[in-house]
Amino acid sequence: MTIRWSRVAIYTVLILFALLYLMPIYVLLVTGLKSFQEVRLEQMWNLPSGLRFDSFREAYDALDSNLANSFKMVIPATVVSCMLGSVNGYVLTKWRFPGSDILFFLLLYGMFIPYQSVLIPLVKTLQQLHVYGSLWGLVVTHVVYGIPITTLIFRNYYANIPTELVEAAKIDGASIFGIYRRIVFPLSLPGFVVVAIWQFTSIWNDFLFAVTVTSNPTIQPATVALNNMAGSYIVEWNVQMAGALIAALPTLIVYIILGRFFVRGLMAGAMRG
Amino acid sequence: MIHRLRFLLPAAMALGVLALASACGGGVSSSDKTATAAAKPAATGTPAAGATGTAAPLSGKLEIFSWWTTGGEAAGLQELFKLYGTMCSPNVDIVNSTVAGGGGAAARQVLTTRMLGNDPPGSFQVHMGHELTDTWVTTNYMESLDSLYTQQGWSNVFPKGVLDIVSYQGKPYAVPVNIHRANVLWYNKSVFTANNLQPPTTLDEFFTVADALKAKGITPLALGDVEAFASVQLMETTLLGKLGATGYDGLWTGATDWNSAQVTDALTTYKKMLDYVNSDHSSLSWDQANDLVISGKAAMTIMGDWLEGDNKAKKFTDYGWLPSPGTAGMYDALSDTFGLPKSAPNRDAVVCWLKVVGSKQGQEAFNPLKGSICARTDCDASKFDAYLQSAMADWKKDTIVPSLAHGAAVSQGWLTGVSDAVTAFVADKNVATLQSRLADACKGAKVCK
Amino acid sequence: MRFDGRRLLRRVTSEQAAAVALIVPSVVAVGVFVYGFIGWSALVAVSRWDTVRPDYTYVGLSNFRNLIEYFRFQIDIRNTVVFTLFFVGACLVIGFSLAALLDRRVWGEGLFRSIYLFPMAVSFIVTGVVWRWLLAPRAGVNILPEKVGLPALSYGWYTDAHVMNIHADSRLGDALHAAGLGFLADPNYGIPVAMISVVIAATWQMSGFVMVMYLAGLRAIPDELRDAARVDGASEAQILRHISLPLLRPVTLSAIIILGHQSLKIFDLVMSMSRRGPGFATDVPALFMFETTFQGNHFSQGAAISIVMLLAVSLLVIPYLFWSLRREARL
Repeated sequence: MTIRWSRVAIYTVLILFALLYLMPIYVLLVTGLKSFQEVRLEQMWNLPSGLRFDSFREAYDALDSNLANSFKMVIPATVVSCMLGSVNGYVLTKWRFPGSDILFFLLLYGMFIPYQSVLIPLVKTLQQLHVYGSLWGLVVTHVVYGIPITTLIFRNYYANIPTELVEAAKIDGASIFGIYRRIVFPLSLPGFVVVAIWQFTSIWNDFLFAVTVTSNPTIQPATVALNNMAGSYIVEWNVQMAGALIAALPTLIVYIILGRFFVRGLMAGAMRG
Repeated sequence: MIHRLRFLLPAAMALGVLALASACGGGVSSSDKTATAAAKPAATGTPAAGATGTAAPLSGKLEIFSWWTTGGEAAGLQELFKLYGTMCSPNVDIVNSTVAGGGGAAARQVLTTRMLGNDPPGSFQVHMGHELTDTWVTTNYMESLDSLYTQQGWSNVFPKGVLDIVSYQGKPYAVPVNIHRANVLWYNKSVFTANNLQPPTTLDEFFTVADALKAKGITPLALGDVEAFASVQLMETTLLGKLGATGYDGLWTGATDWNSAQVTDALTTYKKMLDYVNSDHSSLSWDQANDLVISGKAAMTIMGDWLEGDNKAKKFTDYGWLPSPGTAGMYDALSDTFGLPKSAPNRDAVVCWLKVVGSKQGQEAFNPLKGSICARTDCDASKFDAYLQSAMADWKKDTIVPSLAHGAAVSQGWLTGVSDAVTAFVADKNVATLQSRLADACKGAKVCK
Repeated sequence: MRFDGRRLLRRVTSEQAAAVALIVPSVVAVGVFVYGFIGWSALVAVSRWDTVRPDYTYVGLSNFRNLIEYFRFQIDIRNTVVFTLFFVGACLVIGFSLAALLDRRVWGEGLFRSIYLFPMAVSFIVTGVVWRWLLAPRAGVNILPEKVGLPALSYGWYTDAHVMNIHADSRLGDALHAAGLGFLADPNYGIPVAMISVVIAATWQMSGFVMVMYLAGLRAIPDELRDAARVDGASEAQILRHISLPLLRPVTLSAIIILGHQSLKIFDLVMSMSRRGPGFATDVPALFMFETTFQGNHFSQGAAISIVMLLAVSLLVIPYLFWSLRREARL
């Protein structure tokens, strides 16, 4: 068997990069398995003296109800985000009306506001809607601020569904809802996957809105609880890093399960611009 | 017919969105508010007499907001909650609202947003001095605690220095639960004995010792300023050491001229100090800088006395302490306090909380765990460890000056200007620029002309 | 089928109405939560709100003037430009390179893909904490070579206050001065070395995502195109450069929008990794805005920062969007 040096080179580069990408995970894992005394900057590469899952247990105990809160918030928010994005993308590509392009642009621009600057009016508005201080408030917040990106993704995705299909259905007498239900929705799975992954990740990992909208510690999501595990003065790094890994698990699982569809969704044009 | 059924999917979606958006009553906060509204009795003039709750029984929720999330601070807070149960009422449900992070940075953001949204907690942790006064008192968010102080006899128990700092226009607005000292030099005893050196008490001694240590390859002064307050605090202790208590105080009242030669001299000393600091200070937090002292790679660090808690947690016992160079006889104080927001829910429960916080029992339970000393002068010293006992002794006789970095000496707005100037200075070491920016910050706060 | 013009016309307009109605909730939501709030920010930015009590007294553009003249803000602008250019550039290059390699029918592609994509699952806060450790000069990457017997590195990473800029007294500096552009020879127009560390952390997080986008894009290119080129004798590299890359332009532009909007708003990563950095070397407008508003209670200054950031974004985004929408209309 001849060794194709180009193949060797390819694998070398890929493996090298894989090690680089895994380096931080190694640090997180190894630190999480150490005791507080062992956790020192200079010893960060050293393997732990023993496998102690105490930090993980401690972190899990601290986080567990907040993880449930995160789920309670992220799942409805992701589902509604996906639906809204899908409907918007559908309307903007298949049912263009005068001004729909400008409307899309105006919707998209919302992606760029720095969220620190909207905290104060956000609280006031959520109070008017009677959802301030609750997980529903977070759901509303994430759904609204997710509209630009989900619309963008679905719009790009639906642009790749041939218009002729839709035109033919229109002539056949199908209604706007019918076309969506019969033609567009069944084809949308890859698009939904891309949006679901993106939204699940951003909403699960959000801290700023979580800490601003919910103040009661029993209903706060995991990101706030994770932050609070770092003391304000003394940080127990082992517990912190164990907690960070635990908090990242759900997103990781989502990626592993949906990962294949993610690529398929992107291939079908969800981000092709 | 089939036609109309096709409406169902999108109609269901639309209804779903509307249902979610209008899911009022599902939120914890609305039910909270009804509960507290029912529990809140009509606000009378004087709060109920007696700390044992002989008057109208307290109930409902009491939300205490702080950034005490872990370690000794959290433990101390829990002790206060327990005392509340016995001293005030076991029927009050205490909600422990905390936001961790950088000495209160994240907590302040949440608190400000909530106060602006008219959703105050029952009581919140705030540093005594201008952080409290200029942020919340002059803007009319807090109730004065005049009658409470009189009723509890606190004017006889808190030192005058503290009473002045927690008051505005003669009325107190907060109850201090502890006192921390910012001007402490902590050192590794073995490093000094091994090198035949004495820990320094004056600035001149400091530089002599530092030169000797540097020659041996030991970092003289460990600094961890990934959080900007650490370098501001270092400047503060240097200013205190060079200008003395009166000169230092004058900086914050306009009595000391920021452009004077003495200030230039003090800032030049600060610059010199930075030459003896570890080069990676901007990557370390103050407790990671302490690791350098613990491991002997560095000899000293200048940090507030919460550092002792770090030593204990890391089981390090070979440390000594002194007032930071040049500041013997001066107590650079900061304090965590609690006040009474004007529209606090369950007002009577909050007032009783303040009583607990200001009581001898409360302070004796909280402070040994937190690693600070009582703000009261009558606490039992035997409950505290060696350092804290020496701090308590100093507290009784030293001149009390307000800390700059921890909100006692200046308003938050002024402090951010100082903090920005110091961050730039630590990198470019330009004394003239620092001095003019500090002078500008004073003018911007409308204290200097 | 009988063609009933009137019924069709009515259906068309009622469908158009339904289309508008379907999109109205989003428009209203964005109208309030985005544009309404921007309007409020603009109002605060021209006011004198400097304490926790709202104060809407009109003061014109003085907040903006003071902001532009403030040294920290000038540094922030420089840092944002540097960060955006390097972050977006690195993600595009690394993402594309890895995608090009993975496209070559590699054994274990799924595993590699998951490894490169996993960082995106982690929050920016955790990324910041881990990379603060990894690039701490005293530890981390610097001491890693020692584990294999090599000498330790001594980079300052994000503690390095150095700014690489054109010096006024260099030949290039003289040339610029002669051209009337002497102001460019200043640290405010340089590259802060510390920022590179933040770029590394951010690239670690997002390049996997860009890689997946490019991989999907590459897979979508019809094989015939590339096979034809191979038959003609083109090398793989040439095919990549002349066929694949141009066809991937829409992917590149999408990636630039998504990465760009993250880099302009970057906050969590900096807050948990390096904060301001030495001499503000890693300071960013969002961090300045956060500190000045919620620590300093300078609400008007904070709002002014937001408005300036938005204006800067508009300058870049508006032309792109117009260009891309017009391009689509032409297709």
